[in-house]
Amino acid sequence: MTTPTPRTPVPVHSPREAPSPVHSPREAPPSPASSTPGGVGSSPRRPDGTLKVTGEFAYSSDMWMDDMLWGATLRSPHPHARIRGIDVTGAVRMPGVHAVLTHEDVPGEKRYGLEYRDQPVLAFGKVRYRGEPVAIVAADHPETARRALDRVRVDYEVLEPVSDPVRAAFDPDCPLVHEAGEDLPPAHPAHHRSGNRVRYQPVRTGAFADGATAAEVRALADVVVTGEYQVGMQDQAFLGPESGLAVPAEDGGVDLHIATQWLHVDQSQIAPCLGLPPEKVRLTLAGVGGAFGAREDMSMQVHACMLALRTGRPVKIVYNREESFHGHVHRHPARLRYEHGATRDGRLVYATAEIVLDGGAYASTTAAVVGVASSLGLGPYEIPHARVDAYGVYTTNPPCGAMRGFGAVQACFCYESQLDRLAAELGLHPVELRIRNAMSEGSRTATGQRVDMPLPMADMLRRAREMPMPPERAAAGPVDVRALPGGVANTSRGEGVRRGVGYGVGLKNLCFSEGFDDYSTARVRLEVVGGEPAVQVHTAAAEVGQGLVTIKGQIARTELGVERVTVLPSDTRVGSAGSSSASRQSYMTGGAVRAACLAVRARVFELVRAAGLVGDDHPDELLGLAGGKVVSGARGVLVSLADLLGASAVEETREFRHRATEMLDPTTGQGASHTQFGMCVHRAVVDVDVDLGLVKVVALDAVQDVGRVLHPQQLAGQIQGGSAQGLGLALMEEIQVSGSVIRNPSFTDYLIPTILDVPPMRIEVLEHPDPHAPYGLRGAGEPPTLSSTPAIVAAVRAATGRPLSRIPVRPEDIVGIERD
Amino acid sequence: MTEQTHEIRLHVNGVPHTATVPARRLLSDCLRHDLGLTGTHVGCEHGVCGACTVRLDGLPVRSCLMFAVSAQGHEITTVEGMAAPDGTPHPVQRAFRECHGLQCGFCTPGFLAVVAAFLEENPDPTEEQAREAVGGNLCRCTGYQNIVRSVLRAAELAREHPGAEPPGAGAAAEGGRA
Repeated sequence: MTTPTPRTPVPVHSPREAPSPVHSPREAPPSPASSTPGGVGSSPRRPDGTLKVTGEFAYSSDMWMDDMLWGATLRSPHPHARIRGIDVTGAVRMPGVHAVLTHEDVPGEKRYGLEYRDQPVLAFGKVRYRGEPVAIVAADHPETARRALDRVRVDYEVLEPVSDPVRAAFDPDCPLVHEAGEDLPPAHPAHHRSGNRVRYQPVRTGAFADGATAAEVRALADVVVTGEYQVGMQDQAFLGPESGLAVPAEDGGVDLHIATQWLHVDQSQIAPCLGLPPEKVRLTLAGVGGAFGAREDMSMQVHACMLALRTGRPVKIVYNREESFHGHVHRHPARLRYEHGATRDGRLVYATAEIVLDGGAYASTTAAVVGVASSLGLGPYEIPHARVDAYGVYTTNPPCGAMRGFGAVQACFCYESQLDRLAAELGLHPVELRIRNAMSEGSRTATGQRVDMPLPMADMLRRAREMPMPPERAAAGPVDVRALPGGVANTSRGEGVRRGVGYGVGLKNLCFSEGFDDYSTARVRLEVVGGEPAVQVHTAAAEVGQGLVTIKGQIARTELGVERVTVLPSDTRVGSAGSSSASRQSYMTGGAVRAACLAVRARVFELVRAAGLVGDDHPDELLGLAGGKVVSGARGVLVSLADLLGASAVEETREFRHRATEMLDPTTGQGASHTQFGMCVHRAVVDVDVDLGLVKVVALDAVQDVGRVLHPQQLAGQIQGGSAQGLGLALMEEIQVSGSVIRNPSFTDYLIPTILDVPPMRIEVLEHPDPHAPYGLRGAGEPPTLSSTPAIVAAVRAATGRPLSRIPVRPEDIVGIERD
Repeated sequence: MTEQTHEIRLHVNGVPHTATVPARRLLSDCLRHDLGLTGTHVGCEHGVCGACTVRLDGLPVRSCLMFAVSAQGHEITTVEGMAAPDGTPHPVQRAFRECHGLQCGFCTPGFLAVVAAFLEENPDPTEEQAREAVGGNLCRCTGYQNIVRSVLRAAELAREHPGAEPPGAGAAAEGGRA
């Protein structure tokens, strides 16, 4: 176990790099028993690490039962078509096939959805995207199941796809993806749902709130910059494809072992579709091979359960990579128009944004993405007059939903590009312009929400600017082509290679927003095992790789002064933990574990008092737990937990909620809709081969404020991992969709950064505690994904002089070849 | 199904196994489904991600790009066979755990196989060499920095315990943990 050094600078840097310590400029409030080894602030090893390096960790795709069947899914070959009939007879007759099911076999509700129930379990009436599930098969071998799919005959009447999100948003003659007369649930009245619009959210402040036109406000500015931007469709590209195992139970229910981000929201969607009460649909988290938002929506959950209940046998479904590309939601592609006006001395006067987010065929989280894109669409800047119009629309493109930083990632690329254009117009350094307009604690966002927590943006920008630069490329001498764009392809020996530096900063809401009743539940049990105190922590929170399983143990150690902590597997036998998304689990499930620990501690102190160990002469004695003992501030050790508890256990369950948030006003977009704000600043250094359009990222350094570091090593992993995903969006990652069809559903054609694409990353972590959050912490997973993308693109612009208004940046954008 | 099958004998982690497979059965599927060795992961099914990498006579190979029948007569080492016969984890396993070189861990067995083979070739790599060594494997979680650290740390650990036998060199022949 590592000895905790919570307030000592902790090196977080690449190997053999100069150390770049985590700074702690402000002291966080000390925790009562933070001296427990492996507690909050230290870097204990993750408890699942051993199993993950020995191959014994059971991912959802590794589940196995001897009598299990294999499920497979027939998907629509058309993005938009009417289903005239489905004939399953050929498939049913195949030897080895145990069930072939269509929408007619869905026992309960025919539709499900994370926020809005518009997605058929199995298509009926129409298919609305290519790859939509139409029928499912269970067979004794996966190949038999897939062959049976070929024998299902579906009679389609092909319809024109609705591929253009801008047309879907604004053209009243655009065909409807979800036609009138469909029996859909009512939409939230504040979402302005109409036509193909899932949600429209305006934001108006200053003169715009009083009805001023853009022309009127424009007159207030000395300098105006406008830009039209595009963001491509990014895939989460977790490495472990969707998979799960459903086991029918004797009580008529089903047990589902599944890789997901939120067990209870799956349960609440699955049970109605199966026509079962929730308690008969029990979920256990199977090993999750990455998530990044893609597992927030369901994939095969209901299908596996239906097949298991129909056949009476366990059913396993595993998607392959191509199916995975069609089997989960992606990051919303976006078309965005921005305008910024400033005074000659670099003060922002106004800004407008029109944001169209392509939600694809089903709503998924589109409404929430619009809520983020509208409220944070102009970023962390003080802007007197603001106007944002954000639209999320239905198309027949692949459904889009959650991916790390949703809504904020798309906007951040644009407002940061705008700030760079403005800086160039004004002849200011990009960092200087940002500092002049930076928000800080006490600022109001465009939605009128006061930032009531530290937001040291100006300081962060200065720190990013002052970080050491990577060495210049040698002008003469031997050339190492590996360090150049193109690498060992040997496309350049340095000729035509130019260096650029760029900055990016992003603002992300953390935890759930807009009035959502966001909570997590934890059960903590303290007992004596083998003569030693031991703690069990039980939550339903999904460990998706981020290391929450470690954090839960650290909090229990810190709060209960007990080193031996076991984190139980996550399942639905305990209350909901909410989703492992929105950077919220350290805050929410961490908060719940802490609350449950405090309740356990209070019970222990009652036992101490009941045992007469607190004398009448010490009625207000301050008690604590440390080293497995109850200690008094004045008198030292009072009793060991082993002696106090004996054979009895103390168990408490607590729900933890963050403070309430508000819906945005449907007309003005005003409201304190967010719980917490997170920020990261990136500085990118790139070398660009301007002849071939190839980019080598030389450095990608970050400054992030996390309020309080719970686990330095895991935190670095989050920042570096998030930065790399932002790098991917900047330069290479795009699901290419044409005619509503994905053209590159494989890892050969969808490019993910390798280590050779990712430079050493220097990280500076600040700890300005958020007074509202447990331990003062701030969610950390998403902010780096916002800012790394615009920093890299800005660096490429600096190297090339190209406008680069589209991500990912393509080689032809750099060399200036027009594309239709 | 009427497809012709073959009785094959595979030597995995020092233990002989038999399986009846069609000629086109991939080594990755055979390991996972026929032999139950699910520590070998399948991420992309066509040789890009490297999650399925195992060692064949010590060399790293992508088990999704090889037929099970072609692996006969070779010594296969999977992640389940990396530890020493007494269960002591391989230095590479220790280093990845210690340096937080993994998050979700799905890519990890492939990295472990590649790095273990690399360090036998190059026991004292530079950081640059460590980066290149894992250039063919994808990790979606970590941003790779802690993986580089893990490679360098594994080299240190291996030097500290020179007695530790490398895997895949027949070391697991006696009682590998199949």
